Amino acid sequence: MRTIQVEQITQEVAQMCKEAAYYLPEDVYEALKKGRETEESPVGRDVLDQIIKNAEIAKTEDRPICQDTGMTIVFVEVGQDLHIEGGGLNDAINAGVAKGYTEGYLRKSVVAEPLFDRKNTQNNTPAIIYTEVVPGDKLKIEIEPKGFGSENKSGIKMLVPADGVEGVKKAVMEIILHASCNPCPPMVIGVGIGGTMDKAAYYSKRALLRPLTVRNAHPKYAALEKELLDLVNKTGIGPQLGGTTSALAVNIEWGPTHIAGLPVAVTICCHATRHSKRVL
Amino acid sequence: MAEKIRITTPLTEERSRKLRAGDSVLISGTIYSARDAAHKVMTETLAKGEKLPIDWHNQIVYYLGPTPAKPGDPIGSCGPTTAGRMDAYTPTMLEQGIKGMIGKGSRSPEVIESMKKNGVTYFAAVGGAAAFIAKSVKKYEVIAYPELGPEALAALTVVDFPAIVVIDSEGNNFYEIGQKPYRKL
Repeated sequence: MRTIQVEQITQEVAQMCKEAAYYLPEDVYEALKKGRETEESPVGRDVLDQIIKNAEIAKTEDRPICQDTGMTIVFVEVGQDLHIEGGGLNDAINAGVAKGYTEGYLRKSVVAEPLFDRKNTQNNTPAIIYTEVVPGDKLKIEIEPKGFGSENKSGIKMLVPADGVEGVKKAVMEIILHASCNPCPPMVIGVGIGGTMDKAAYYSKRALLRPLTVRNAHPKYAALEKELLDLVNKTGIGPQLGGTTSALAVNIEWGPTHIAGLPVAVTICCHATRHSKRVL
Repeated sequence: MAEKIRITTPLTEERSRKLRAGDSVLISGTIYSARDAAHKVMTETLAKGEKLPIDWHNQIVYYLGPTPAKPGDPIGSCGPTTAGRMDAYTPTMLEQGIKGMIGKGSRSPEVIESMKKNGVTYFAAVGGAAAFIAKSVKKYEVIAYPELGPEALAALTVVDFPAIVVIDSEGNNFYEIGQKPYRKL
């Protein structure tokens, strides 16, 4: 059986937190540049110029793209033939988050309890960790630091089967129009369809990890992604102050659901759609 | 874009009332950062009839919680946070004499009414342009509530801080004006 030490996991997670905060993924950068070329609003072009310049400064100077370096969402796939040695997996990941956020001069944005005390934990832990056990002996870790300007504008609708495709489009557009200029557009929109209420939300988070240039493998969902993107770009929201580049992509993930249900979750992400990945 | 308007703090009511939604500005001088937690403390302080740590008369508040500064830098990344979360506290704060607010996103009708009454301008900085914006900040000094960490009340010395007037003191709203020509639903 293959063995991995928890120290290695901690080191890698720390590094990934920093990378995600400093380096905008290439596909997002390219989508912003493409948006700049086609943006019809002069103010919108000005905003996109600033956003693009910002990503370049962050990359060359190792600085956080945004001051909201997010709550850290971690997707882990553990091969069932892998032995993790030296401590707990979640503890190792959280130690990595604490190390990365401290060493990397990232903002600590997590409070331990949400309603009464709201005391900052001072090291951005705990992370939100989703773990799946899969065949093999590898450990795959993906990090998605999620800012809350956009998270606060996300939403979920529990539709019924009769609502169909039109119902899904209406639900997504209601959430987007309500979000409007607030979630730092151009947005990247993750849509989760199916499952239960929580699973749909999970799909919508996972959807943000997919490169913006890759459409859903299912042709009907791929077509829906394009149609929704077109609709969002006709809202006028634009890059914050109005225009035609309201979103860079709509990524849908879907899964089996109940005969009575059609859950639709929308995670809105800002233009700083950040993530990093390792396979150990 | 049109010529940028230079503003130096403090911002008087007379100057604020001349600014119009859509104006592009460069702000220089001292601005004060405060966000959710500092606003909560400040409004609680006022409710108790006590004095605030600074005199807000003719000052500009920046809704901000920066990343920690790297060694040798005055501040870390420092873009605007969502202003709407401060709406519940804002009319009370505007009564303290604030004449400018910098943030991002929409404001409530109550805030806009208070802005009209007090001659206040709401500016937006580009959300998520935090490393770029940091270039215009020369000094960051915590004034009060250090226990709030990134949410502390701080004074920022800025030179040519880039912003745009989104809601002016007459209530004209550039978020609405700017979206309208491009809405094709």
